[in-house]
Amino acid sequence: MIAIIKYNAGNVESVQNALFRLGVESKVTDDFEEIRNAEKVIFPGVGEASSAMRYLRDAGLKQLIPTLRQPVLGICLGQQLMCRNLEEGHAEGLGIFDIDVKLFPSDDIVPHMGWNNLKNLKGPLMEGVSEDENVYFVHSYYCENSKYSVAACGYILDFAAALQKENFFATQFHPEKSGKTGTKILENFLKVQGIK
Amino acid sequence: MLKKRIIPCLDIKDGQTVKGVNFVNLTHAGDPVELAKKYEDQGADELVFLDITATVEERKTFVELVKKIARELSIPFTVGGGISAVEDVRKLLNAGADKISINSSAVKNPDLIQELSEEFGKQCIVVAIDTRRVQGKDRVHIKGGREATEWETLAWAKKVEELGAGELLLTSMDADGTKAGFDLRITKLIAETVNIPVIASGGAGTKEDFEAVFAQTKATGALAASIFHFGEVAIPELKQFLNQQNIAVRM
Repeated sequence: MIAIIKYNAGNVESVQNALFRLGVESKVTDDFEEIRNAEKVIFPGVGEASSAMRYLRDAGLKQLIPTLRQPVLGICLGQQLMCRNLEEGHAEGLGIFDIDVKLFPSDDIVPHMGWNNLKNLKGPLMEGVSEDENVYFVHSYYCENSKYSVAACGYILDFAAALQKENFFATQFHPEKSGKTGTKILENFLKVQGIK
Repeated sequence: MLKKRIIPCLDIKDGQTVKGVNFVNLTHAGDPVELAKKYEDQGADELVFLDITATVEERKTFVELVKKIARELSIPFTVGGGISAVEDVRKLLNAGADKISINSSAVKNPDLIQELSEEFGKQCIVVAIDTRRVQGKDRVHIKGGREATEWETLAWAKKVEELGAGELLLTSMDADGTKAGFDLRITKLIAETVNIPVIASGGAGTKEDFEAVFAQTKATGALAASIFHFGEVAIPELKQFLNQQNIAVRM
């Protein structure tokens, strides 16, 4: 079973719909045991960082998520919450990726909204994806590029479009809203194995 | 590079697409889900669904339709029409809409924008602005363009940005239905002033009209309805053309 972490954030159903289209069953849950025992965990979200962290802490998930051994995929706010310090609401993230999340400088339109192409693709998540393919982004904050980046994107500056560290994967864009390319990335995630 | 978005708009009444649809290879031309899938396959970047019904009963039908659309589509979509309360928005977002669009209700109660933005995040709050030139001034209109308001369009655009709108859907009532091209003047003015995405709407008739709006204004998306529904402009050809003109689009 795939657990989709429920917290006070929107867009959780979109991920469930995308998995449904792939013929994969999933459950939206904030239950500690259900998440711990799930085959894979997806941590989606659109929302505000500090209130999201408060919810995760109250549900005991702040401690749980970084200890998970099965594959975990953070999406959008989920990716940002897996990092260290978030400029939004001065929130402290889960610290899985020891990088910071910053607000885009206002040199151009913010939020970065729409389809943009990926570059510097690496790792199993981006298998079969080429650099001219576009995915859908909606965000005002970004994760810095680092050794964890498995995809980068350029908007105002270069930022991390996807991250990986062992069994932890994350995307700033919305694979569940990114047409065929997004579907391929979700399928790639469904194929990866956790760590023992 | 961020791509310019091509956005077909579907008007919905009683769960069906209206304003006429003349697509080949559709079994049920009025079925919004089928039409939406068709547009997704053709390369539409986003879709907008406008509920043009008014009764509570029909509203329930619309929410059910949004659920069906959300299950089928793998591209983002916005829903709008008659939204005036936080609870309306919650229902539509929970049904799977990515964004909601408000228009008359925002003019009547500007605080609603802030309320929605704080509750659901600004990225999903689109403010639709219908503008028309009246005695040399751009005036915001409501109720489907029938009623003029006191707001000057530029001032209103700045105000809604400040209140937390995530995006503007700017329709020129002067251009709408003419097929003579987007209203470049007002689109340029608004898109250069605000720092949030602006979608141009009203007046598209040819591929060249899309090129003009993207080349000459800072609009990041362009919306049209009938020219897509009647196949006068096909999305694959449109994108091919824009690409050849060095307008960045998703191919």
